Amino acid sequence: MTKPLVAIRSVSKNFGEFQALKTVSLDVWPGEVMCLIGASGSGKTTLLRCINQLTAIDSGGIWLDGELLGVREQGGRLYRLTEREIGRQRLKTGMVFQRFNLFPHKTALENITEGPLQVQGRKSDEVRTEALELLRRVGLAAKAASYPAQLSGGQQQRVAIARALAMKPMLMLFDEPTSALDPELVGEVLAVMKELARSGMTMMVVTHELGFAREVADRVVYMDQGAIVEQGRASDVLAAPREERTKAFLSAVI
Amino acid sequence: MKPAPALAEGFPDLSGMRIAREPHWFRWLSAALIVLVLAAIARAFAAGQIEWSYVSRFLTAKVILEGIVNTMVMAVLAMALGIVLGIVVAIMRLSPNPVLKSVAAGYTWLFRGTPLILQLLLWFNLALVFPTIGIPGVWTARAVDVMTPFLAALLGLGINQGAYTSEVMRAGMLSVDIGQYEAAHAIGMGRLRALRRIILPQAMRVVIPPLGNEFIGMVKATSLASVIQYPEVLHSAENIYYANSRVIELLIVAGLWYLLVVSILTPLQMLLERRFARGTMQFAR
Repeated sequence: MTKPLVAIRSVSKNFGEFQALKTVSLDVWPGEVMCLIGASGSGKTTLLRCINQLTAIDSGGIWLDGELLGVREQGGRLYRLTEREIGRQRLKTGMVFQRFNLFPHKTALENITEGPLQVQGRKSDEVRTEALELLRRVGLAAKAASYPAQLSGGQQQRVAIARALAMKPMLMLFDEPTSALDPELVGEVLAVMKELARSGMTMMVVTHELGFAREVADRVVYMDQGAIVEQGRASDVLAAPREERTKAFLSAVI
Repeated sequence: MKPAPALAEGFPDLSGMRIAREPHWFRWLSAALIVLVLAAIARAFAAGQIEWSYVSRFLTAKVILEGIVNTMVMAVLAMALGIVLGIVVAIMRLSPNPVLKSVAAGYTWLFRGTPLILQLLLWFNLALVFPTIGIPGVWTARAVDVMTPFLAALLGLGINQGAYTSEVMRAGMLSVDIGQYEAAHAIGMGRLRALRRIILPQAMRVVIPPLGNEFIGMVKATSLASVIQYPEVLHSAENIYYANSRVIELLIVAGLWYLLVVSILTPLQMLLERRFARGTMQFAR
């Protein structure tokens, strides 16, 4: 029997008085494409950020590839991992941000090679070859020497996807990857993500693009007020939601 | 098919007409006034008790040239010390560790809170507090031998500068978007590597103009080291006018050198700014 790549168990997170996540539990299976939908403030982005440890959870546990994230259990107590160990765990996930967050002082190629060279300490000619191949894969082979400011939003986001893939992650996390884009640029980013999904990558995508979810997602998870309200096959959840809150959300969005 | 609607009457064709040049009477008048005032000041100085021959003679005197070299050496070294301290203290200040944070805040409080000339005098007179310094059993020396005017000036100026530079650096680091830290962490970088590779290069763009300011301040602040016998250009000028009593002439000599040095620094700063502006200039897509 296969094991889930990500196992989330009773995870809670508060920001002051605000409960961002209320004892959320979820499994993500290898090769699965999962879309997380819901209104802003529903906790879907927080959940993604907890998996990448950009946000520390208050209670519960997240296992990635069988390894407990952020803490170590010993004698019935939890001990926080060192920054170095957390950095090593982060290498298993690739993160794509809503606002791209490319490094503006580095070219597209340098953005992609930075992690493999500086963090993984790999050989430069091999990294460079792979980075050029990744740029070709996202359709930007001609833009290797361009700085982010010289690229359109859609091109920047595709470079950001290539940058995340360069670390050879087991899991790709997308935090509203098309929300900051002009409408005519959304398609090119979604096309890259579809290709990635077809290649067998495990993906968690926070998105408002229900068309993408319908077409690509194996599973759709609807979240509201920090909890998972409904989940299932994309065709079921999007076409025939069972919960009232899901119905209300979908009718408001479409 | 409907014909295109005709344009309404009453709006004459202005193409081919040019906008007339404005006379700017007030600009001409004010410029003329300023030239007059400057001429009056120049005349007053020319007719005043200044022996200009002394100025031109001492402008390139050996002692003065050595003085300006010492001024520059001290300014560069003390600024380098100040920048290194400033970066370290700014990183400490922004660290999650409360001990590092408090140490950094205390350092800034102490060295910004007391006059620079007082700090220079304290360093220079350290021997009064600690007659011998060093690590007992390993190496010791008499403080008067170690604390030369050069070392006292370097420590006094550099450590004081570090307190100011740390705030400039902190502002630069805070100006970088939080998303840059997150993107750096997401590709597995720790805090220090993210600062060195991603945050500081971007902060440099913001901090170079205020650092240029600080460096110009430093060039002039070295003159305070004359009180602890460091032979910089003002100290040299003073030594000469103690002998020949040409006070104003020698002060003008020193002033001209400071002006020259500062004038050279401004284009250097522009070169540096361009170097760190990589990727931020907008090009045609």
